[in-house]
Amino acid sequence: MTRSSDNRWLHRFAVFTAAATFCLIWVGGLVTSHGAGMAVPDWPTTYGYNMFFFPFSKWVGGIFYEHSHRLVASGVGLLTVILAVWLWMKEERRWLRWLGVIALGAVIFQGVLGGLRVTQMKDVLGVFHAALAQLFFALISAIALFTSRWWLRGEAQKMSIYAASGLRYLFALVTGLILFQLILGAAMRHQHAGLAIPDFPTAYGRWWPAMDVESVARYNQARGEVTATNPITAFQIGMQMTHRIAAFLILISVAWLAGVARRRLGGQSVLAKLSLAWLALILAQAVLGVATIWTNKAADVATLHVAVGALSLVIGVMLALIAAKHARANAPEVSAVLPSTFDLPQAPAKATA
Amino acid sequence: MKYCLPYLTVAALAGSLHLASAGEITGKITLKGTPKPEVDIPLTPSCGKINPNKVTTRHYVVGKDNGLANVFVYLKDAKAAPPAGEAQMLDQVGCMYEPYILGVVTGQKFKVKNSDPELHNVHATPKINKEFNFGQPLKDQINEKSFDQAEVLVRVKCDVHAWMFAYIGVVDHPYFAVTDKDGNFKIAGVPDGKYTVVAYHLKTHGANPGLSQAVDLKGTAKQDFTVEIPAAP
Repeated sequence: MTRSSDNRWLHRFAVFTAAATFCLIWVGGLVTSHGAGMAVPDWPTTYGYNMFFFPFSKWVGGIFYEHSHRLVASGVGLLTVILAVWLWMKEERRWLRWLGVIALGAVIFQGVLGGLRVTQMKDVLGVFHAALAQLFFALISAIALFTSRWWLRGEAQKMSIYAASGLRYLFALVTGLILFQLILGAAMRHQHAGLAIPDFPTAYGRWWPAMDVESVARYNQARGEVTATNPITAFQIGMQMTHRIAAFLILISVAWLAGVARRRLGGQSVLAKLSLAWLALILAQAVLGVATIWTNKAADVATLHVAVGALSLVIGVMLALIAAKHARANAPEVSAVLPSTFDLPQAPAKATA
Repeated sequence: MKYCLPYLTVAALAGSLHLASAGEITGKITLKGTPKPEVDIPLTPSCGKINPNKVTTRHYVVGKDNGLANVFVYLKDAKAAPPAGEAQMLDQVGCMYEPYILGVVTGQKFKVKNSDPELHNVHATPKINKEFNFGQPLKDQINEKSFDQAEVLVRVKCDVHAWMFAYIGVVDHPYFAVTDKDGNFKIAGVPDGKYTVVAYHLKTHGANPGLSQAVDLKGTAKQDFTVEIPAAP
């Protein structure tokens, strides 16, 4: 069996799988946004039918979202199986072959997690399911990046190792903050309590909302919920305020990093351009977050907020990986002592002054 | 037969004595303040065909003389007793649960019926009792369920049609009622004694936590309540 690190069709398939995963996150987001997570009480069957043969005439109301989600998830699972097998058979880099195996394990675990959420009726499993979905999307996107010719060519820019090293940690740190924000968002959504705070930029008319028992009782009394949302609690109000503060921190961090990348690496560098795209995405995400509140959590707006959040995480992961790659490629003396994590082609030795 | 007659007479006397000591508590619950208007519910196309009427939320159903409907009224400290009367039924009609508020005794089997030619799921989300979720894909399908522990109120919802939800009050005895469209209630068959009558309105119970009154029942008693809508936050 001949293996290579340059498999164009494998790379294209990885990109396709990443795109399908993004669609799955979208469809999955619609399930929670429409409160349809329990619309199909059984799993892996659908109202007793084999899920692939559930009659289309019965795809009514919330069943449409939940059942579609299961079908798309099955498709992504199949794509991941193919990707993992293809990587194992054709990819030269051992660590990347194992990354495919990890992706396969993750997607299987994700499927079981989703099923258990339904059969065990546990909202907390929904939070893990949502968080793992984001991480899986990042993993598949990374595999797509690693199988690309661009990555293989190792087009390292001439920059000081110190600049690149600093950037990779900064990108990783802010991406970690985005991951925290996504998990917090998932926890908020799976409270199934609707909007904990119905206004923005104020919170119940104040910069910091009253969270005592009486005030919360009045908030619940004043709500005219149309769907079966849970009553809001002080804890949920606290989560929402933390989410707003974290959003602000992410926005200024990404804006600052985009500026740093541009200053240190020049406006034409890949990292600087991608950082700018990252900033645009985060700005869009902030607007969507506000729109989610102003539209009283309209399902489509809230779902778009989830999807853009997933993209924000993936871009952050890409930036951290690319910055790490640049750091290693520009530091042959460092790569001599560090483990060969990325199997990069060695950059030519720098000319000393 | 002549030997049975004395026993039958004693039994009849005992029964009538019991009935004589069983009273009733009546009352009216009125709403003070102006609630937010109910929100129109946009039904799905399939439900719109079944139910062409205008459908709204039911947070504050106010009738004659500000009478407040859908208040669950029960005796807080009555002794445990078996249910009286037929099994209660929670029905799905026109893609809405009827009634909106239902009362059952712990352990009492109640029926859940799907009167619609539309698939529904019935998902109870109690905090103390065991959660359940099952599908009712067929018209006129009836399932029986029960709750083992007292809990006021347990929400039941349909996840297929997100606007469908109702509540079940579970208590250890049959001394409860749900106010009618004009806010009136009657709890019958209550043995004489001292009780605390609790009026639980879903939307306002948080802001009106002390909505209960002590009653010393000797035959009949009347207990009215006023539910007040607090000022907007």
